[in-house]
Amino acid sequence: MTDQTVSSVTDPNSVRKMINVQAPPAVAWRVFTEQMATWWPLAVYKIGKAAAVDAIIEPRVGGRWYERGDDGSTCDWGSVLSWEPPSRLVLSWDINADWQFDPHLKTEIEVRFIAVGQDATRVELEHRRLDRYGARRDEMRRIFDSEGDWGRLLAAFAARAAAA
Amino acid sequence: MINAERTLDALGDPTRRLVFKRLRAGNRSVTEIARGLAVSRPAVSQHLKVLKTAGLAVVHIEGRRRLYAVDTRGIEALRSWLDGFWDKALLAFKDAAEREAARERKPR
Repeated sequence: MTDQTVSSVTDPNSVRKMINVQAPPAVAWRVFTEQMATWWPLAVYKIGKAAAVDAIIEPRVGGRWYERGDDGSTCDWGSVLSWEPPSRLVLSWDINADWQFDPHLKTEIEVRFIAVGQDATRVELEHRRLDRYGARRDEMRRIFDSEGDWGRLLAAFAARAAAA
Repeated sequence: MINAERTLDALGDPTRRLVFKRLRAGNRSVTEIARGLAVSRPAVSQHLKVLKTAGLAVVHIEGRRRLYAVDTRGIEALRSWLDGFWDKALLAFKDAAEREAARERKPR
């Protein structure tokens, strides 16, 4: 997968990603902010008890960022810190290492949409302030960033299997 | 949220791996799963409970029977953990944005 997303090294408190999209910035912005449910892995990355059917960003500074379950319940994920369509979005991600909403956590996700020629956009994403996870920073960074390769997965698995 | 580390932990136990493997056959009761295993039925129930928490097993109620099957969410969580969350999310975003752009380019 690393042929399509590019990660740069290695600030322990941040994860950076870049991806090129064949769509103008306005479309990329709209899909990112208004149609999150079409691409966010809701089956796995959600925190409510109910099955999540939508992920919503309220389009203004201070707006909520939350999931909606199939029973109508909602669970907050964070909030909007900067709202500059169609070029820059900053979200607060307030889900702690136990996957609970914690309004005081405040890690930050900055997304930039940069026009490349007529019809394409470079999307740069930084998930920073991972220091807010304290002692669990490295564990969380591994979840957000790529674990790298199968060798390391297998090594981790072997270590856990041996410890069980 | 299915925690991939919990999924790995759940599969770290050999008996539990065996129980998990038996889920591949589709909906089965605890008794059916326990048949021929060297552990008691309550122990199998306990293993199923751990697998359920780890997103590896689901229960369907059919009348009075509780039937267990593989839950793919745990597997999906492992895959995300491997790829890294933002890699996975951004690749899916790219697909969605390009579909939308193609739809808009189409003459009406």
